[in-house]
Amino acid sequence: MAFEFELPPPPTENVTSNLGEADWVRRSASSVPPPSRQLTPVAKLIDVSKCIGCKACQSACMQWNDLRQPIGVNVGAYDNPSDLTPESLTVMRFTEWVNPQTNNLEWLIRKDGCMHCADPGCLKACPAPGAIVQYSNGIVDFVHENCIGCGYCIKGCPFNIPRISPVDHKAYKCTLCSDRVAVGQGPACAKACPTHAIVFGTKEEMTKHAQERITDLKSRGYENAGLYDPPGVGGTHVMYVLHHADQPQIYADLPKDPRISPIVQLWKGVTKYAGLTAIAAFAAFGFLHHLVQGPNRVTREDEQNAKRLTEGSTS
Amino acid sequence: MSAYDVESGDQLHPGDPVTVDRYTTRARLNHWITAISLVLLALSGLALFHPSLFFLTGLFGGGQMTRMIHPWIGVVLFVSFFALFVRFWRANLWRSVDLTWLARLGAVLGNHEERLPEVGKYNAGQKLVFWSMSALIVALISSGLVIWDQYFFSYSTLEQKQIAVLIHSIAAIMAICVWIVHVYAAIWVRGTIRAMTRGSVTGGWAWKHHRKWLKELVTGKTKHGRTQAVP
Repeated sequence: MAFEFELPPPPTENVTSNLGEADWVRRSASSVPPPSRQLTPVAKLIDVSKCIGCKACQSACMQWNDLRQPIGVNVGAYDNPSDLTPESLTVMRFTEWVNPQTNNLEWLIRKDGCMHCADPGCLKACPAPGAIVQYSNGIVDFVHENCIGCGYCIKGCPFNIPRISPVDHKAYKCTLCSDRVAVGQGPACAKACPTHAIVFGTKEEMTKHAQERITDLKSRGYENAGLYDPPGVGGTHVMYVLHHADQPQIYADLPKDPRISPIVQLWKGVTKYAGLTAIAAFAAFGFLHHLVQGPNRVTREDEQNAKRLTEGSTS
Repeated sequence: MSAYDVESGDQLHPGDPVTVDRYTTRARLNHWITAISLVLLALSGLALFHPSLFFLTGLFGGGQMTRMIHPWIGVVLFVSFFALFVRFWRANLWRSVDLTWLARLGAVLGNHEERLPEVGKYNAGQKLVFWSMSALIVALISSGLVIWDQYFFSYSTLEQKQIAVLIHSIAAIMAICVWIVHVYAAIWVRGTIRAMTRGSVTGGWAWKHHRKWLKELVTGKTKHGRTQAVP
């Protein structure tokens, strides 16, 4: 039986993009008119329990995005490269975890990358108009010609995902293959995954598929199996099926309750408005004070007094 | 009484009107390098602070250039301000008279200087500007280094960077407010700006606003002989 969520074969005829500026629901440091249509929210579901750590997804990602990761060094783990980079938008993170209940060693492999938050911290932190956009289907994308390389997106991200390229000083992260999705294809990583650990579809389908997987996992003794779709960031358009969903942090520090940091909220919220208000208030005070009190002038008498004092001392 | 407020270069020139040298050429150059840096920093910083001011990046050749150049101007400001600090800190030490002056802020703002105690080279307002700017610049350079990702990204955690960027923006806002006070006072109190352009003020200005400083210069002169002061 064919797999239910098999992605379509590459098109053989000319295609037109079905995802554009008109589908933006958010644009960094600026506003967009409400879109005239609502696209069906999409999601990538990563079933950690099915992942064999082959890194086909990493290869497919590099190939599709035409990126070349420079040869690095072995840091004593299977992670290669050891972290996300501007050339590696996704990385398999390997964790050797001893389950305290069974005393078994479990090899946890999590494909890391942008989670495409419904409430994106990167977009909220970005100071450059139009450098980060969010489509109505949930994809959060970087528009590189508008990126100024300040790294605020890294500070805003609850998952520590974006990376600044030392070559062109712009931020890079997974695009959820927005260019492929625009023409009815799925992400390159999902296409390449040999075990269907990475599945792509509508968010509704993926949530339903995840429930089937969770039921299956529970029947096999993983009683805490569950879906990772953290509500703290409004849910994500990249979701995980975890066999130990009660403790996501064992999967290479996947945050348990990710949210945009309150420090970032403070910086991008009240500070921004109170700051400009304070500056305006100081300037207004000066203006009004001068209007009411007028200048503080030295009088002829002051000059005479100074002269007398100076001469008094010389005589 | 020790002439704690008289700095090297401060000198009396009897005449009509009397003029008093207040800032040496070096001090003025030092001040204006600091001033220009501060204005450029405020403009480039505000551009990245609020979306409505992002257009200011145009002054620096675009967003990428603004992001690149802002920290370097910060380094210039820090070095320049440090020199200014070394130059001015002694005359800005807090004295008991400053508290009395500050308590009568109403008289200050109401242009009633006759109700204020005589002050030395700097009044309490100027000293507050000096010390708050010093503290804020230390906060700005240290938090700024933490978020200078191009060179120092790997030296701090993400949370430290988040805190640093918050401190940096709040300190910058405060510094801009202090700067407004500084500039406004120089405009409001007529005859002040020439101290930083030509280096001297009139005797009447010194008599009215910094009488103790003027008196110290006068007595100092009699103490050391008056040969050089007479034109």
